[in-house]
Amino acid sequence: MNGLKEMLLLLVGSSLVSNVVLSQFLGLCPFLGVSKKIKTAAGMGTAVIFVITLASFVAGALYKLILVPLHITYLQTIVFILVIAALVQFVEMFLKKMIPSLYKALGVYLPLITTNCAVLGVAVSNVQKNYGVLKGVVNGFGTAVGFTIAIVILAGIREKMEYTKVPGPFKGMPIVLLTAGLMAIAFWGFSGLL
Amino acid sequence: MKRIAERLYNGIIKENPTFVLTLGMCPTLAVTTSAINGLGMGLTTCAVLALSNLFISILRKVLPDKVRIPAFIVIVASFVTMVQLLLEAYLPSLNQSLGIYIPLIVVNCIILGRAESYAYKNPPIPSLFDGIGMGLGFTFALTILGIFREFIGSGTFFGNRVFPEEYGVTIFVLAPGAFFVLAMLVAIQNYIKDKMEAKGKDTSKIGSGCGMNCMGCPEAKGCSKAEKIKEAEDNDESEEEEKPSEDKEKKASAAEEKEEVKSETSSDEPEKEPAEEEDTEAEDDKESDEEKEESSESDSDDKKPAQNKPSNNKKKKGKRRK
Repeated sequence: MNGLKEMLLLLVGSSLVSNVVLSQFLGLCPFLGVSKKIKTAAGMGTAVIFVITLASFVAGALYKLILVPLHITYLQTIVFILVIAALVQFVEMFLKKMIPSLYKALGVYLPLITTNCAVLGVAVSNVQKNYGVLKGVVNGFGTAVGFTIAIVILAGIREKMEYTKVPGPFKGMPIVLLTAGLMAIAFWGFSGLL
Repeated sequence: MKRIAERLYNGIIKENPTFVLTLGMCPTLAVTTSAINGLGMGLTTCAVLALSNLFISILRKVLPDKVRIPAFIVIVASFVTMVQLLLEAYLPSLNQSLGIYIPLIVVNCIILGRAESYAYKNPPIPSLFDGIGMGLGFTFALTILGIFREFIGSGTFFGNRVFPEEYGVTIFVLAPGAFFVLAMLVAIQNYIKDKMEAKGKDTSKIGSGCGMNCMGCPEAKGCSKAEKIKEAEDNDESEEEEKPSEDKEKKASAAEEKEEVKSETSSDEPEKEPAEEEDTEAEDDKESDEEKEESSESDSDDKKPAQNKPSNNKKKKGKRRK
């Protein structure tokens, strides 16, 4: 029971309170780049949930089973980035062969995620915070859900914003960044939750 | 000597990674809560950038073209690990405050961007100084932003109190403030760009916010992938109604083919491509629409034989890709 409560707190903490984009600035690039329409934003979000959960499991397991016993934990950055890149390629190939319908839905977004700093960020912070494999996966899942929530909300706002008049120099990125800033204030309110 | 000076000037002023190219915005926003953090992060990145540029340039004739990106990543990751260990040993307080953002230097767009667009094509010494110039430009920008946010937010200058804390606008040192500062920065950039365009100057190098290029820059491939998504957005409405299932598959394979083609072409002229994408959004949309029309035409030409024998062709393609 206690463990379950802890997991739930971790989930809320990683998805809402310390939201990966709005308070840690990880994965900012897809957040701003792929948020023009709700549909693509949701697709990106799903792909991110999929990859981050998987990557945090694989990275956590590798760290515990290989890096720690061999005393080469200092190689974590190199190992993680390579594992993530390979994993994404592998997942792409696997989905293409085995689950074509899912591949069709996520295919376009998968390769982009290799360079998403949120994936590496989660893997590294799991290690730094000393989470085990299970806690790491929960943390990764929560983080990715937080990313999805943020990107879908932003896409919704941006769809509405298409029809508004924005002063000249603020057209394009600046107004999106201001919106993200206001969202960050809103998400900051969640810090009272824990 | 002249070339070295030119490289330094290019990195710090002319193509400043933050103020002009708008690359690597994630660490820029995250660590500029105080001037000292900005300075530390900038110098760390500068060291990694200079060393990785030097090594990639030395190895540029040995590295096979097809696996150059993974090779770059391994080289950069090694230097990041070294720098991180040095920081842990000699500057533990800075390491503490930068925390997770040090290992994340690996995925910083500036580093892989410079490796791809400069170090891989030029001799070691200019590459080293290109790295130093870019790194100092990044340091300069981070420090300025850090000074600004720290001063407005908590009323201190490098930790020395200038005015009482209760007059500070605390939000500027918090996460939302970073977004507001960046928004102002890009707005100013757009304003200057508009002015320059009105005077008829070349503005193709000036970026416009992280979102459009950041995920593309580590690998030239990424750019076309970013386009793929835009394309998927545009195609969603028009094509899906006609023949949804077939179309999607074709789109995916067409996009992949295109990506292959583009990655080849873009490696020839990587400096131009990102710059084109970085135009203001309105222009960007128009341009990419035009490009898309062209490319989709050429693609449909390619696809005609595929329509005749879809099953055969797909298998062949799968083999080719592997």
